[in-house]
Amino acid sequence: MFTLKKVKYKDVLNIEALTIKKHKVTCIVGQSGSGKTTLLRLLNKLISCDSGKITYKNQALKEIDSVELRRDLVMLPQAPAIFSGSIKDNLLIGLKFSEKPLVADEKLLEVLKLVRLKKELSEDAEKLSGGEKQRLALGRVMLMEPEVLLLDEPSSALDEDTEHMIIEALVNYSKENNKTLIMVTHSKKIAEQFSDEIIEIKDGRVLNQKEV
Amino acid sequence: MDGVINLQLWQMAAAYIFVLILLFIVRARGISREKEIIVSSLRMTLQLILTGYILVYLFNNINPLYTIIVIAIMEVFAIYNIFKRVKSKLSKSLKRIIAISMLCGTLSSLIYFLLVVINISPWYDPRYFIPIAGMLIGNSMTGISLGVTRLVDGMHSQKHLVEAALMLGATPKMAAKEIVDNSFDSAILPTINSMVGMGIVFLPGMMTGQILSGTSPVTAIEYQIAIMLGILGSVALTVILFVQLGYKTFFNEESQLMIDG
Repeated sequence: MFTLKKVKYKDVLNIEALTIKKHKVTCIVGQSGSGKTTLLRLLNKLISCDSGKITYKNQALKEIDSVELRRDLVMLPQAPAIFSGSIKDNLLIGLKFSEKPLVADEKLLEVLKLVRLKKELSEDAEKLSGGEKQRLALGRVMLMEPEVLLLDEPSSALDEDTEHMIIEALVNYSKENNKTLIMVTHSKKIAEQFSDEIIEIKDGRVLNQKEV
Repeated sequence: MDGVINLQLWQMAAAYIFVLILLFIVRARGISREKEIIVSSLRMTLQLILTGYILVYLFNNINPLYTIIVIAIMEVFAIYNIFKRVKSKLSKSLKRIIAISMLCGTLSSLIYFLLVVINISPWYDPRYFIPIAGMLIGNSMTGISLGVTRLVDGMHSQKHLVEAALMLGATPKMAAKEIVDNSFDSAILPTINSMVGMGIVFLPGMMTGQILSGTSPVTAIEYQIAIMLGILGSVALTVILFVQLGYKTFFNEESQLMIDG
């Protein structure tokens, strides 16, 4: 699905070669500051590499329109972005931004259940706790049903039990719907339990890539 | 009604007693502002005397070139003043957008106002052209300064939301919409507020001036209403041009947000 060749970005990332497979769960692990987030941002084309080539579905990222690309592969930032308005507004805003058809409330409630958020749709999203915001932002991305989900530490603000439940639900969702899931995580346990492939990054270089 | 009472020199001098009062107060209270008060009073006096003589000269020697030069100086000064007034650092492209918006917004409103609303002849009559240009340019300058501040601050403080919107597949336009709307709103608000208080809380300067010079209050009011609408239009046009073009300078052609840090 993705190939990277001789990709350099400032002095943060220097990847000789990397392939990320379609319809798989890939976890990216490594210490903080190792360049994991930068890698996700490159794939989402929020930034462009200084040299080298990244392809998505055999097409160079450079040649794909950024906005079209991001509608295909949505990224979830580590700090959840909460827009002013209710939980419902915050769920729907992803569909609005990507100009996809809006969905009925039942569907929204389904997603809230999926991310284990027991809240009313009309509640003010700003009042949620950090962990709840993170789950809301995750629900928003799942609602958009993109081909690829790029998730930056989707469970960093969650306790271990909730983390396990949410990631399990997420992995099941992406397997059932034939999605490609690429996830940065700090937790080796999560990576080993759920991923098909683990990419370990250290100081901006791929240390190793292994199938699980 | 006769014309205005011409002030004698001693009458002018008598008005400076107000400055003396202020100087006395600050000295008595130990507020160290004497220098600024004296400098600003002197500057005000000299600048106005100079302007007075320049205007007399321009009115006696009516020439389209002179009018155009005066407008050009006003525009340059106003644009320079915006750059100075805005505390945030401005990119080169944003400065260019500010200049373009000021020129297009104020000049088109000015031409429409003078030629259609007031219908002056000749078109360059400095007695109308210069003061009205001053009012439109001055108010647009204040408006756009507020708009620029809001836009730049908003882009920096809400960087993560703008970027999050991009990640969700938003176009730069959608991602910046809230910030753009906010800055437009804050830029036109002072003009709207001043219309609300007009005539009750304060009599605007232009109208007061016309009444003092012997114009019937009804005529003065007609002019004041027209100029308020002209100002509103000029501010709105300038600011909408600015925000519509300005937000784009924060993104590159690959729809990436270009803010460091």
